[in-house]
Amino acid sequence: MAPELIVFLVLGAVAVGSALGMLMSRNAVYSAMFLIMNFATVAVFYLVLGAPFIAMVQVTVYAGAIMVLFLFVIMLLGAEHLERRTGLDWQKPIAVVLGLVLLVEAGYVLASGQASLPAIAIPEAGYGAPAQIGELLFSQYLLPFEVTSVLLLAAMIGAIVITRRDAPKRKKN
Amino acid sequence: MVPVEYYVGLSAILFTIGTLGVLTRRNAIIIFMSIELMLNSANLLFVAFARTFEALSGQIFVFFVMTVAAAEVAVGLALIVAVFRTKDTINIDEVSSLRG
Repeated sequence: MAPELIVFLVLGAVAVGSALGMLMSRNAVYSAMFLIMNFATVAVFYLVLGAPFIAMVQVTVYAGAIMVLFLFVIMLLGAEHLERRTGLDWQKPIAVVLGLVLLVEAGYVLASGQASLPAIAIPEAGYGAPAQIGELLFSQYLLPFEVTSVLLLAAMIGAIVITRRDAPKRKKN
Repeated sequence: MVPVEYYVGLSAILFTIGTLGVLTRRNAIIIFMSIELMLNSANLLFVAFARTFEALSGQIFVFFVMTVAAAEVAVGLALIVAVFRTKDTINIDEVSSLRG
């Protein structure tokens, strides 16, 4: 077997296993940890696919910042264990069946070869390097980049406004 | 190199697991994490196809998806905290009325 295939299979098994762990574990903190593991594995996939900048962003932004935020909220709310039985238990088997249908459908489209895909190319040197990404980001995609900053500002203000406790009412004079 | 079909298959599996998480779990935070997993599987596909077609724009789009996901997480978790303050639970079966 080619070494690349072995790397792919091992990493793929870890990715799918950690995703299943996130789905199955009863404790929300364990779920978050499994998800961090999944993100790290996908970051390695990005490295293999020639995207070092995206891999670094994945580790710092996703596995770092976003998941820390998740863990903060889980521990703040004390929501580690929260699976009381409710009246909607019949929904679970239907969900599993529908999920399998989705997977089979995707697998069928892939296996039937209607969407024939070219082989992965060997890129030129420097492909995906931060310099190239930056050049593209600040020339062709300058406007979306700036819009993103406005979006982040709006999200920040929105989060502050939503979580703010109502200020104590002042006396009316 | 590993053919790109393998990456498509892996991405489909991860996406399905995310869908199952949204459909079966009751904890709002875990549902949120499943959505992140689905976004991530789409990102993996973006990078794989960017490599296949040697188009760097795919990686730029992953960058944008990550930014939007960060904004979404900030607002979404704020909403979850706000819901917890008023309802004292984040079990989505118990948060079914529109009244605050």
